[in-house]
Amino acid sequence: MIILDKVSKAYNKGAPALNDVSLHIEKGEFVFIVGDSGAGKSTLIRLLLREEIPTSGKVFVNNTDLSKLKHRKIPIFRRGVGVVFQDFRLLKDRNVYENVAFAQLIVQKPAKEIRRNVPAMLSMVGLAEKYKARPKELSGGEQQRVALARALVNRPPILLCDEPTGNLDPKNSWEIMKLLEEINRRGTTVVVVTHNSEIVNAMQKRVITMRRGVIVSDEKKGGYIYED
Amino acid sequence: MRISTLWYTLKQGVKNIFRNKIFSLATIATIAACVFLFSIFFSVVVNFQHMVVQAQSGVAVTVFFDEGISDDKIVSIGELISQRAEVSNIEFISADKAWESFKTDYLGEYVDTFGDDNPLEDCASYEIYLNDVSMQESLVEYLNTIDGVSKVNQSVMAATMLSSMNSLIGYVAIGIIGILFAVSIFLISNTVAIGITVRKEEIAIMKLIGATDFVVRSPFLIEGLLLGLIGAGIPLGLVYVLYNNVVEYVVNRFSALSSLLQFLTVQEVFVTLIPAAVIMGAGIGFVGSFITVRKNLRV
Repeated sequence: MIILDKVSKAYNKGAPALNDVSLHIEKGEFVFIVGDSGAGKSTLIRLLLREEIPTSGKVFVNNTDLSKLKHRKIPIFRRGVGVVFQDFRLLKDRNVYENVAFAQLIVQKPAKEIRRNVPAMLSMVGLAEKYKARPKELSGGEQQRVALARALVNRPPILLCDEPTGNLDPKNSWEIMKLLEEINRRGTTVVVVTHNSEIVNAMQKRVITMRRGVIVSDEKKGGYIYED
Repeated sequence: MRISTLWYTLKQGVKNIFRNKIFSLATIATIAACVFLFSIFFSVVVNFQHMVVQAQSGVAVTVFFDEGISDDKIVSIGELISQRAEVSNIEFISADKAWESFKTDYLGEYVDTFGDDNPLEDCASYEIYLNDVSMQESLVEYLNTIDGVSKVNQSVMAATMLSSMNSLIGYVAIGIIGILFAVSIFLISNTVAIGITVRKEEIAIMKLIGATDFVVRSPFLIEGLLLGLIGAGIPLGLVYVLYNNVVEYVVNRFSALSSLLQFLTVQEVFVTLIPAAVIMGAGIGFVGSFITVRKNLRV
């Protein structure tokens, strides 16, 4: 599902953000990617979204070689990868329903399908009742649920989460993680980049630890490894 | 494109216009000024062309005779002229008829000052209509060789003068419209660029979700197109209202030239002006936004 083969990425002439990284993530896995600032986590996410191309090595996502992907094919590729961010990135001038429908609208889903899919997705994330609310009327946890609904409404096989609990209190963080676990249980491959050691240690999932652009640990049921 | 996506694109295009009200207004005003000037020059040019055609299709050549020429000689000259291939029709204008026509056309209330005299007593003439105005020169050369002919007038001079003025107005129009065109493109480009900056976050999300270049860019192109169309519509309405008033004023003010000043109706002008102005406005809008979108929105 996700393969990195000896991938390096350097910006300008500085030290490489990723250095000879190889990685396999199978379909249906739940993976934490942890590490301190500068470890290369964000670069990894950007490579997986084809926002960047590697300096060397190959990246495969959903059986697509991203270094060979033509510019005009990028939108189609991205429809197969849902993504949520720490800062939610919701459209503030639109309500919950419109934010989720937006994801279907711009990939040109039929209106009938949008009217069916959006309420179903909002029910799944527990926000069916708040479909008319604007983002500013919601708590952080609720906003992240809307972001999750938007990321999943096009039914991507992969979900990338970049610090999804970074702006949330512990209670909301746990609720989001439970939701991600449920999404994973339904078959979506989930990759979570996080600093939240408590959650990582408690969930007992695969944990890939990065440090200064390299993978230093990859454990099937791992915990958060702190830098010395 | 699906109807829902098309609707979204249109809605966002309209929203963009309201997001940058000041710039949108400035853009509309500039495009309107550009199209307004174009409309005025267009109206002037097509009317001049109309007058040129009218002048050319009127009397092309007038032949006057030597003083004291006999009627028989005039008749024989008329027969010679009629035989020429260039001539479609020939009409004899007696001195009395010429004076009557002059009085009607130019003297108005001052006609009585001449009493019963005919100052055009020796001005009998033939008015010669041609099959083709381009044949006029060869005919005039021939007419000048006929015995008894004192003078040959070519009314095409008026047409030539109108044509020259027409060209001059055309060049001035192209110059001014060109400058306004460039200013309009610049302004529309800035307006769209601001729209892109304001919607940076939304565009980033669209890209990540998998929107195609077309879907990301089209609201901005719609915005430019709408600004262009609004900018074209306003001056068209204004010119439509002004046209008849201006024509009426000119006809009244220069009544002595009424035979020359034959204006087209507003409907006749607008048959061509509306599509031309709409294409111009929409073109400015589209080109301005397209350049900006290509430059600032690498999806």
